[in-house]
Amino acid sequence: MEKLIELKNLVKHYPILGGILRHQVNAVQALDGINLDILKGECLGLVGESGCGKTTTGKAIVKLHEATSGEINFHLKKKDGSTEVKDIVPMSNRMLKKSGIRGKLQMVFQDPTTSMNPRMLIKNIIAEPINEVENLKSREMESRVKKLLNTVGLGEQHLLRYPHEFSGGQRQRLAVARAIATNPDFIVLDEPTSALDVSVQAQILNLLKDLQQQLGMTYLFVTHHLLVVKYISTRIAVMYLGKIVETAKTADLFKTPFHPYTFALLSAIPNANIDKKSSRIILEGDVPSPLNPPKGCRFHPRCPFAIEQCRTVEPQLEDVGNGQAAACHRKEDVPKLVKDKFNFYFKN
Amino acid sequence: MSALIEIKDLVTNFYTYEGVVKALNKISLEVESGLTFGLVGESGCGKSVLVRSIMRIVQSPGVIEGGEVKFHMKKNGKDEVIELLSLSEEEMRQIRGSEISMIFQEPNAALNPILSIGYQVSESFLFHISEQMCAKVLEDLESPRDNTNFIWKSFLRYAYRVGSKDAKALPLRIFNKIPILKCWDKRLKEEATRRSIEIIDKLHVPHPEQVVKSYPHNLSGGMKQRIVIAIALACNPELLIADEATSNLDVTVQAQILELLNELKKEYISSIMLITHDLGVVAETCERVGVMYAGNLCEVADVREIFKNPKHPYTKALLNSVPRFSTEGRLAVIDGFVPNLVNPPSGCRFHPRCPLTMEQCKQNVPDLKETGDRHLVACYAVD
Repeated sequence: MEKLIELKNLVKHYPILGGILRHQVNAVQALDGINLDILKGECLGLVGESGCGKTTTGKAIVKLHEATSGEINFHLKKKDGSTEVKDIVPMSNRMLKKSGIRGKLQMVFQDPTTSMNPRMLIKNIIAEPINEVENLKSREMESRVKKLLNTVGLGEQHLLRYPHEFSGGQRQRLAVARAIATNPDFIVLDEPTSALDVSVQAQILNLLKDLQQQLGMTYLFVTHHLLVVKYISTRIAVMYLGKIVETAKTADLFKTPFHPYTFALLSAIPNANIDKKSSRIILEGDVPSPLNPPKGCRFHPRCPFAIEQCRTVEPQLEDVGNGQAAACHRKEDVPKLVKDKFNFYFKN
Repeated sequence: MSALIEIKDLVTNFYTYEGVVKALNKISLEVESGLTFGLVGESGCGKSVLVRSIMRIVQSPGVIEGGEVKFHMKKNGKDEVIELLSLSEEEMRQIRGSEISMIFQEPNAALNPILSIGYQVSESFLFHISEQMCAKVLEDLESPRDNTNFIWKSFLRYAYRVGSKDAKALPLRIFNKIPILKCWDKRLKEEATRRSIEIIDKLHVPHPEQVVKSYPHNLSGGMKQRIVIAIALACNPELLIADEATSNLDVTVQAQILELLNELKKEYISSIMLITHDLGVVAETCERVGVMYAGNLCEVADVREIFKNPKHPYTKALLNSVPRFSTEGRLAVIDGFVPNLVNPPSGCRFHPRCPLTMEQCKQNVPDLKETGDRHLVACYAVD
């Protein structure tokens, strides 16, 4: 499979200023060396607990946050069919726009109520990104906006309304329409359904899935809800405290996880299946502060299988075959250890 | 099993600028004691309004318009039935926290940021079981190990003897105004803090002695939610209402809290009412489930029945629209959206979205009917 975006050792630190001269005293290490390939046409699910850096990754890729260091290589398809690899970290906004990358990267935000200007008409909201990349006459623009509204399941009658006149699900549809307005290659979906009800969530998930097939887009689906990710994505990356701890194809991750954190996450999902009650791996404590993360493996204070090596040496993301990779010193032993200690079996 | 709370024809309306929002439309429900009762529904269907009406903490512009809420209280071994809606505010305050207590959705909003954790937990002890604690302190004073000087000791003895009968007695209120005597309740507060540490310890919070001295911002989300639970459990309530207690937490922390609630139910609380929109949580923790839609209760049954044999079309649709471990292919979708409760649809409020709509549904409101196996359904299409 062709790569679309490569993240190479991506680091994002949010500085904390202090002292009389407002110098940097510390930093929130939101992302600490992320290596991730996003393949063309896939939907990569990024899961983890709150504060682990999922959203920061998404925002760094669309350049809403400036990465501290590292590379984001974007494979841009040119008009003559050849691809060109560009590192977008050092690029300015103007260069991004000029090289045509700006319109290819889009984002859908978590809360549709706050991500839209309440004083703009729907037609202007959706036309705004198109204006950025091309100049259209107002009539062409209107027909384009109408077409976009139709693709997301809304109609012409919604053109001259304000965001507050819509329900949460419809607003999220509008946000999706705005994101696909510039024919992007890549969309970051930042928890697009967590502010919605279950019945509406199903509608939006189906819409996103259909759009991906129709338009051949690549998604980065950021969420904390593993079952949603299981439904929509083809590959999953699990994050913990600014690091990726495991990547695998969706089916493999649910069947044969390797990292103990993945086990715990999977076992913690409340299961709506009444017959199969399985045991749980309950992690002690909370996610440590990213201000001064633990030394060695970042998961070791909560890990039930931590050994001496975990406290000192940081494990790297290593391939374990079948396109699956895990960052754990004891990855070969973990499935057996989990089975012995927790008598854990999978719910599906 | 005896009933703990009986709700009959409860109506709560909100008088907003756009019109009257009919949030609860004659709800009748019986919660049995000793069970975990789950209340599910989408947002805006009136789950929270229902429990807030039980506690009588509906916020303005909401008004409880009618109906009755009967609470079966066990006092000194006797069963007493209280009609909560007819109590005075002062009597209601006695019940909140000691008989029925509530865990709120957002632990950040439920805790006061400028008061220490110890103060907030012991507040509930000082309010509800002051007399009991005074008696305990008095006992300590009588013990020979106590070496306070004679005059002060006899004063304290007098104060706590009065306090053990009535914590708001006139002499104590006078002492509270006099500078030197003001500190008579120091030992009472120490006793309350001791009990707070005990209860925080029961909830598996590490280092409870340090936690009581800290402030909410020092703690993480999961710890804060534990403290909120500790406050709710302080006086051994008959009924614990958890209003979306875990929906703002991460999955691993949510698992911890649910485990804790299960554990606590075995030991301390008789009944829990769990409000949630997550069907997985319901399946794992509840024994009986009520499904709400747009201010109406549409189905009540045991948890196995709801998941195995749902009868109301809304319940069926809701169960199908949730992604599960075993889901393959497309998710089922409920067409349309939740109606605006200012002008709810006539008849059954689900009829515009229902696949089984009949002529009757558009005119009349179906009642909750027993269909065998303790399974109540409000639908004309179900026989």
